[in-house]
Amino acid sequence: MSDAPDANGPDGDIAPDVAAVELDGVGKVFNPGRSNEVNALTGIDLRIASGEFVTLIGPSGCGKSTLLRLIAALTDVTDGSVSVNGKTADRARLDRDYSMVFQRAGLFDWRNVSRNIELPLELMGWKAADRRQRSAEMLDLVKLSEFARHHPAELSGGMQQRVAIARAMSFDPKLLLMDEPFGALDEMTREHMQNELLRIWTETQTTVIFVTHSISEAVFLSTRVVVMSPRPGRISAVIDTDLGERSEATRDHPEYFANVTAVRNALRGDHAS
Amino acid sequence: MLAVFVCLLGLAYTAYKAFGTGIDDAQSGWLVIGSFLPETTDLKMPPVLDILAGIFEEPRGTGDAFWTIVASEAAFTLREAAVGFAIGVVVGLGIAIALTTSGRLERALVPHVIASQTIPLIAIAPIIVIWGRKSFDFLPFEWQDWMSVSIIATYLTFFPVTINGLRGLQSPRPENLELMDSYAAPWGQTLWRLRLPASLPYLFAAFKIAATASVVGAIVGEISAGVKGGLGRRVLLEAQRYTTGPERLYVAVLGAAALGIFVFVVISTVEYALVGRKGREAVR
Repeated sequence: MSDAPDANGPDGDIAPDVAAVELDGVGKVFNPGRSNEVNALTGIDLRIASGEFVTLIGPSGCGKSTLLRLIAALTDVTDGSVSVNGKTADRARLDRDYSMVFQRAGLFDWRNVSRNIELPLELMGWKAADRRQRSAEMLDLVKLSEFARHHPAELSGGMQQRVAIARAMSFDPKLLLMDEPFGALDEMTREHMQNELLRIWTETQTTVIFVTHSISEAVFLSTRVVVMSPRPGRISAVIDTDLGERSEATRDHPEYFANVTAVRNALRGDHAS
Repeated sequence: MLAVFVCLLGLAYTAYKAFGTGIDDAQSGWLVIGSFLPETTDLKMPPVLDILAGIFEEPRGTGDAFWTIVASEAAFTLREAAVGFAIGVVVGLGIAIALTTSGRLERALVPHVIASQTIPLIAIAPIIVIWGRKSFDFLPFEWQDWMSVSIIATYLTFFPVTINGLRGLQSPRPENLELMDSYAAPWGQTLWRLRLPASLPYLFAAFKIAATASVVGAIVGEISAGVKGGLGRRVLLEAQRYTTGPERLYVAVLGAAALGIFVFVVISTVEYALVGRKGREAVR
């Protein structure tokens, strides 16, 4: 690994006082000045420290996915500023500071599992031997080693999503952006994937920003839950939900239920307003 | 499968011929139907056995079985078609890739690409041959008439490649394109690692159409441009001397059909080797 090119450049680790993500008065308007103008986000201030697991939750149309895509520099802000690891969002994208996981696994059908994981490494110019070794390590991490040579169509939805996570993590991004990654999975698979994600997060110390509309998912996974409300999309509450080390038992813990209630109330609050 | 089909076709042909001949024989005023059907005389429809015999017959003054003559002419036509196909794929895919770069360019140019196909091939074929003889002096090699026929074939082949290629290149889901963007992949990498592989099933569908069209283009090109040496010329020749050997025209047409099937099978084989991943079962 050490001889492979570092995706984050030679400067190495980011100084601890630099936020992983800093949003300052961020607003987004789609189709400004036209009849189909949509004010998607307004006045978003948020600072996410390195190593946090932050969940964005809110009803459909509250702009949580848009916010994630602004951080990813897949779309431009209308107002305010986004900085990732102390750089502009687009600079961070070009430096491959983050990696994104979508609701659909989006694996390439024509590549086997191992080569799907190698995709970002190919784009970064890794040598074939390093790529193969890394992909094997990642398959180990998501516990799919025996499926390395299978094609995506031969995997279940949950397995595909694990491959997508392995692909996203393959180049050690400092930041993982996840847009409802488990939204299309059944409840059992979903809880299993949540446990896996927490394990990976603990092992890798990556900062995670996670979009969901499941309250229980948000509370179980995150250290902080950012509650958003729609029209225009804004942050209505930020709730600390750090339960320390989590396990299956955490799902039955009173503090977990207290947090679920707190988030639910925050979500209700903006329906009342 | 093909053999069964050919046999059935031969049987149907013979049966129809027997039926038609029966009507002709019985024509005594009350069976008017016979006069509406195409004639089924041996001149109009040579018996299947005559056609089969024609395949192996040696035409006077040649010393070769007729099928070997047709086969070598088919090879000549195949060369024209293959060159036309290759140029058509390069040009067609090039246009498709260029159109993928901009929605505005696509909207502006696609109607013109479609309009290009409304010009009758027979009308432009002689022009291309004349250009070839007069205007291509700047080329480092001597221009030959069969190359003009290849250009005519190209005119038919680039079109399906452009249209299907465009659809294929645009087939990746938005999240796959965003994935490449999130990796800061340059345009060329997205083309090579996502758009092109995703378009292979579309392209092979186009290649099958284009390959058979290239044979049609080559034969029609030979006929309308008067190029000697290929199947088009053979069909023309046997049509002119039809009365002295109708079965030879049928053999020439069979040769053309066999060539079309051949190129189709070649493309299908390549497709199977490259993208033939059917029969995988999902683990669910």
